[in-house]
Amino acid sequence: MAEVDETMKRLQNQKGVQGIIIVNAEGIPIKSTLDNASTVQYAGNIHQLLMKARGIVRDIDPQNDLTFLRIRSKKNEVMIAPDKDYFLIVIQNPTE
Amino acid sequence: MSVPHKVGTVKSKQATNVKAPVAKVVKAAGKKKDEEEATDTAEGEEWMPGKTLVKPPDQLDLTEEELNEEITRVLTANNPNAPQNVVRYGFKEGCYKPIIFVDQMAIHFELEGNLVHKESDEGRRLMAKQAEREEGTGAEKLDNVAKAGEKERKLTNQFNFNERASQTLNNPPRDISCQTEPPPRANFSATANQWEIYDFYVEELKRREKSKEKQEGQVLNKEEDKSKKKIIQAETQSDDITQLAHAAKIIERMVNQNIFDEVAQDFMYFEDAADEFRGEKGTLLPLWKLQYDKAKGLSVTALCWNPKYNDLFAVGLGSYEFTQEERGMLLFYTLKNSSYPEFIFNTTSGVMCVDIHEQLSYLVAVGLHDGCVAVYNLKKKSDQPVYNSTASSGKHRGAVMQVKWQKDDLDSNHNFISVSADGRVVSWTLVKHELVFTDIIKLPATDKVPDDLKDVIATAGTSLDFHKQKDYHFLVATEAGKIHKGSKYYSSKFLETYDAHFMTVSRVRWNPFHPNVFISCGWDWMVKIWDQTIKSPIFTFELKTSVTDVAWAPYSSTIFAAITNDGKSRDHA
Repeated sequence: MAEVDETMKRLQNQKGVQGIIIVNAEGIPIKSTLDNASTVQYAGNIHQLLMKARGIVRDIDPQNDLTFLRIRSKKNEVMIAPDKDYFLIVIQNPTE
Repeated sequence: MSVPHKVGTVKSKQATNVKAPVAKVVKAAGKKKDEEEATDTAEGEEWMPGKTLVKPPDQLDLTEEELNEEITRVLTANNPNAPQNVVRYGFKEGCYKPIIFVDQMAIHFELEGNLVHKESDEGRRLMAKQAEREEGTGAEKLDNVAKAGEKERKLTNQFNFNERASQTLNNPPRDISCQTEPPPRANFSATANQWEIYDFYVEELKRREKSKEKQEGQVLNKEEDKSKKKIIQAETQSDDITQLAHAAKIIERMVNQNIFDEVAQDFMYFEDAADEFRGEKGTLLPLWKLQYDKAKGLSVTALCWNPKYNDLFAVGLGSYEFTQEERGMLLFYTLKNSSYPEFIFNTTSGVMCVDIHEQLSYLVAVGLHDGCVAVYNLKKKSDQPVYNSTASSGKHRGAVMQVKWQKDDLDSNHNFISVSADGRVVSWTLVKHELVFTDIIKLPATDKVPDDLKDVIATAGTSLDFHKQKDYHFLVATEAGKIHKGSKYYSSKFLETYDAHFMTVSRVRWNPFHPNVFISCGWDWMVKIWDQTIKSPIFTFELKTSVTDVAWAPYSSTIFAAITNDGKSRDHA
């Protein structure tokens, strides 16, 4: 418990990180460092995308599984790490 | 008129017949009539003169010629209605054959009579029956006849006819119906992808294995169950966030990769174009700076790369202030995450040296400032070392300067060797849960020490290195400036001794490629390269300050690097 909290704090303090969201398996955000509206938006949309991406990977080979998903856009980069019951979203601005 | 009496010929004059074919009976009758008429007319003509011919109005008008024509009529016994060309299928020949003889009988009238011959069987029976009836039913006849008459009268009575009808009581009909409650319905939808099926099978397998295990170990399970229950409870309580640890780790690495993207690129592909111009001075590009807050105040005393995972390395932190007994730490960093160490271990005293096992890269041996050696297992989550040597189990009396893993011994126990400031070279074996030590050799005292104190005051060993090929040969360097070559199997004497430096030898290392060459460096500003067969060094390099460490390049047998107290590092070839 404490380990994860510490990791979250460190992540938050890293350079360029704009926000961190933890979403549970149903797509409901549990913890977030962003405001409510953005959180809900991110959580809802990314949940669908994640399901689709996972389906793609597993359809091709059922023994495979999705470990990481990165979406790089002009303004920032969204990184999604799925776990068994949760997934973690980090929004970072990679360039200085 | 004379009538020719030709049999079979009938004059058309007299013929009341039409020329069309007529039944022959009629003809025959007609002929008879004609004959009669002929006789009659013949007779009549005698007494009645001139009887005119009576012509029916619908008789055909024919000319004289036609009237005089003689037409032959033949009377046969043929049935004109009988078929004349009957054909039957003959199976013998397999074709239709005409049947010549056709039945010519024509039946005009048929009546089946009910007359039975008196003397036949049936006749006799009937006569007997009649006789019986007449005897028995003489009286009844009258009644029967009367009734028959009455019945006949009723039936035929059309005026007094009465019809009566009755109907049974009809029960009033009622409709009763019942309906069962429809079963509760719920909509169910699911997808059955290939991977969902696969997941299900994997879980099924796990369940089966668990049930097998339960069956096998039911005796011990009582104790385990209690602990399991606790674990399960703990899991259900804290299931929200702890599972994220893995994902969080990955994310952290990715975030770091983004931040230090350039550095990572440099790490892989750095090529300084200025190298061609500079000549002797090259560039050493610092890539990462790894810092840990809690390690502030501690100096890095040891470094070791992990042989299996190339990006993982161990850092031992302690203190060089030999007077102060401070705490120490053992940190593991990975290059993928340069902002935070992967593993953190706190030790009771400063770490002086670290070594990671070559094959089992999770075993780490640590030599501490207070003389203890400890072995940590990275796979276990605990903060404590797996093995620890204590005062009773033969720990060193001085700081452990170097530890080195060895190959597993004959009992396949892991073992490592340490050299310390108390002058002992000790081999430690990990036997089950204990560290067992074996003194290999004791470093001899220097000449300056008076003889009677030689056993007490020992010379401190500072460095230890094992030969790459013949791993029973090792080199020990001492504070006195001597390098001893020893063998693991000889415990009393050294094979060779080299007078290396005037001051402490800080590091001695075998050449990884050349089997006879080793290098040593000391605080007397010198770096010397030796051949083990020759007593004096082959090469000597003099650097301006005391050299603290020297190492061979892993890819070339002729390059080594040395660092000095003034903070410079030099590469020599």
